[in-house]
Amino acid sequence: MTHWEHFTHGADIGVRGIGSTLSEAFEQAALAMTAVICAPALVQAKEPVAVTCDAPDAEYLLADWLNRLVFEMATRHLLFSRYQVTIQGEHLTATAWGEPVDVARHQPAVEVKGATYTELRVAQTETGEWLAQCVVDV
Amino acid sequence: MDLSRFSKVSDYEWRVEPRGKMRVPAVIFASEALMRDMDEKVYEQVTNVATLPGIIKASYAMPDAHWGYGFPIGGVAAFDADQGGVVSAGGVGFDISCGVRTLHTGLTLDDIEPVKQRLADTLFARVPAGVGSTGRIHLSAPEMDAMLKGGAQWAVKQGYGEAADLARIEENGCMADAAPHEVSDFAKRRQRDEVGTLGSGNHYLEVQRVLEIFDARIAQAYGLKVGDILVSIHCGSRGLGHQIGTEFLKRMALSAKDYGIQLPDRELACAPIHSDIGRQYLGAMRAAINCALANRQVITHLTREAFAAVLPQAQLDLLYDVSHNTCKLETHMVDGVQRSLFVHRKGATRAFGPGRSDLPEQYRHVGQPVLIGGSMGTASYILAGCEENESHAFGSACHGAGRAMSRTQATKRWRGRELVDDLARHGILIRSPSLRGVAEEAPGAYKDVSEVVDAADHAGLARKVAKLAPLLCIKG
Repeated sequence: MTHWEHFTHGADIGVRGIGSTLSEAFEQAALAMTAVICAPALVQAKEPVAVTCDAPDAEYLLADWLNRLVFEMATRHLLFSRYQVTIQGEHLTATAWGEPVDVARHQPAVEVKGATYTELRVAQTETGEWLAQCVVDV
Repeated sequence: MDLSRFSKVSDYEWRVEPRGKMRVPAVIFASEALMRDMDEKVYEQVTNVATLPGIIKASYAMPDAHWGYGFPIGGVAAFDADQGGVVSAGGVGFDISCGVRTLHTGLTLDDIEPVKQRLADTLFARVPAGVGSTGRIHLSAPEMDAMLKGGAQWAVKQGYGEAADLARIEENGCMADAAPHEVSDFAKRRQRDEVGTLGSGNHYLEVQRVLEIFDARIAQAYGLKVGDILVSIHCGSRGLGHQIGTEFLKRMALSAKDYGIQLPDRELACAPIHSDIGRQYLGAMRAAINCALANRQVITHLTREAFAAVLPQAQLDLLYDVSHNTCKLETHMVDGVQRSLFVHRKGATRAFGPGRSDLPEQYRHVGQPVLIGGSMGTASYILAGCEENESHAFGSACHGAGRAMSRTQATKRWRGRELVDDLARHGILIRSPSLRGVAEEAPGAYKDVSEVVDAADHAGLARKVAKLAPLLCIKG
C-alpha cells in the first residue's frame, strides 16, 4: 500500500517512500521529507512548482529529486504537501504543490540541508512494491 | 561498540592496525565508557577513511565521534597531495565551516538577571532563526562574489563589526584561495537571502556564564574569570555550503572510478587534490568557509545591536571563532619532517598548541581557544590547544556532545513546551520558533559533553580551561 515512513539514523533522519510504482515511491519519499520539517497536513497545496532532473541511475535520481525540492523550498521559502512524479529512464519530471512558510501555523521543526547517499536505496520488493529511501541531513 | 578489534594504547587511545585495504591505522581517542557507547558505524567509517589514497599517519576519531556521512562525525584525516592524496566532500560535511564563535560581554550575572526576559526577546527578534527565516542583507551577484572571497573581512568592510574582530578569527577572517566562480548559481541562489541567519537544528545563540575555571594561566590569557557573561554563536555556511556539499558529493562519487579510486561507501566520495574536480571543490569549499565566517560576523553585529538596546554598557569583544567542518592546507611535523598536508576535520575543531604562527599574538603562548558547544540547556566548554596534540591528531580536538538519541526518539520522549518550562524553572530561557524543534534538541538527546571534554583533556588533545553554563538560548 502506498505510504511513507521515517527510519532512525544517529544524528539525522531517514525518509522512505513506498508505492505501487517507482514514481509513487518517489512522491511518498518527498512527503516523508516534508514530514521531517512539519506535519504535511498543515501545508496547503496551492502553488505549483515544476521540477526536472536527470541522473545515471534510480538511486542518484532519488537523491537529486529530493535535493531539488530542498533547493526549491529554500529559495522560494515554500513548503510542499503534494507531489506528482513521472519517471522515464534516467529522466524525472514532476510538479510539487505547496505554500509559503508560515512559522506560526506550520511550526516547522527543522530545515533539511540535503538528501544524502546514506542508506540510499531504490528497489522493488518481493511483493512488487517500490521502495525509495535515504537519510536526509538536518 | 565491540572493543575486541582495538588494541588499547592508553586509557584514552584505541587503535586498529591496518588490515584489508587500510593504508594506515585507525585511532580513536576516548574513554572506555565512551568507546562502549559509540555507534558500530564509527568503527566502519574510521577504518574506511584509512583506505583512502594519500592518507598520512592514521585515520582519527575524536571522543564525540558518531555515525556520519562517509567520515565519522568527529573524524580527522590528513592527505599529501603529492602522494596521490584526496579531498573528500563527505570529509568536510554538508555544513561547510560550521563553527562556534564566543564573545566577551564585560557583564556579570547581576547586570543580566533584571533584564533577562527582555534580552532574550530582543535577541530573538533581531537574530533571524529557524526554517524559512531570511536576513536583512540581500546580495547582488557581484556582492555575493565579494562576500565569498572576503569572508568576515568583507562583512567588516560593509560595517558589520570591527576590524579588531578579525585577528580573533581563524585565517584572520578570510580563507585564502577561495574561488567564487567554482560555486554554482544554485548554491549562490540559496544564499541570497540567508546571510546573517542562524539556521535550524542544533544551531543556536546562547548567553552563558563562566561557571568554573580549570586553568588560571590560560583563562587569564583568554580574558576569562568565574562569573563573566559570554555569548556563543553556533552556525555555518547555511544554504550555500549545503548546496556545494550536495553537488560535489555527486560529482566526486561519479568520477571516482575515472581516478582509479575504489569507494567502500558512496558517501566517501573524493577526488585527487591534483585533479580538476579536486581543485574546483577546494576553491568552492574555501568560498563556503568565507560564507560561514561572514555569516557569524553579521550575526555578531546583530547581537551587539540587541545588547546595545538592552544593556548599553556591554562591550562585546571577540574571544575567538573556530570552524569544525573544514579541509585546510597546514604544515605539520610527521616523523621529524615538516610536511604540507590537507587536513580534513569533520565535526572536529582545530586545536593548535602554543607557538604556532597561525595563532593571534595574544594567544600564541598558551595555544588556541577550542570552543566546545554543549546541547541546549547544558554546559559548554572552552579548551586550549596543547603542544602534545601535534603528535596526536594533527592539532585537532572534539567539537561537541554528539547525539545519543535520534530526533524521532526525542520527540516521542519530550514535549517542547514542557522542556521550555522546565529549563525556565532552572533559570534558562529558551526562545525558538518551533516547539517540536526544541523537543528534537532536548538536552537528554545528547551525550554528556563533560565526559567528552574530560576524554579530550586526558587524551592530550586539548586542555580544559573553563566551563560555561547557559542563561538563555535562541534556538534555530
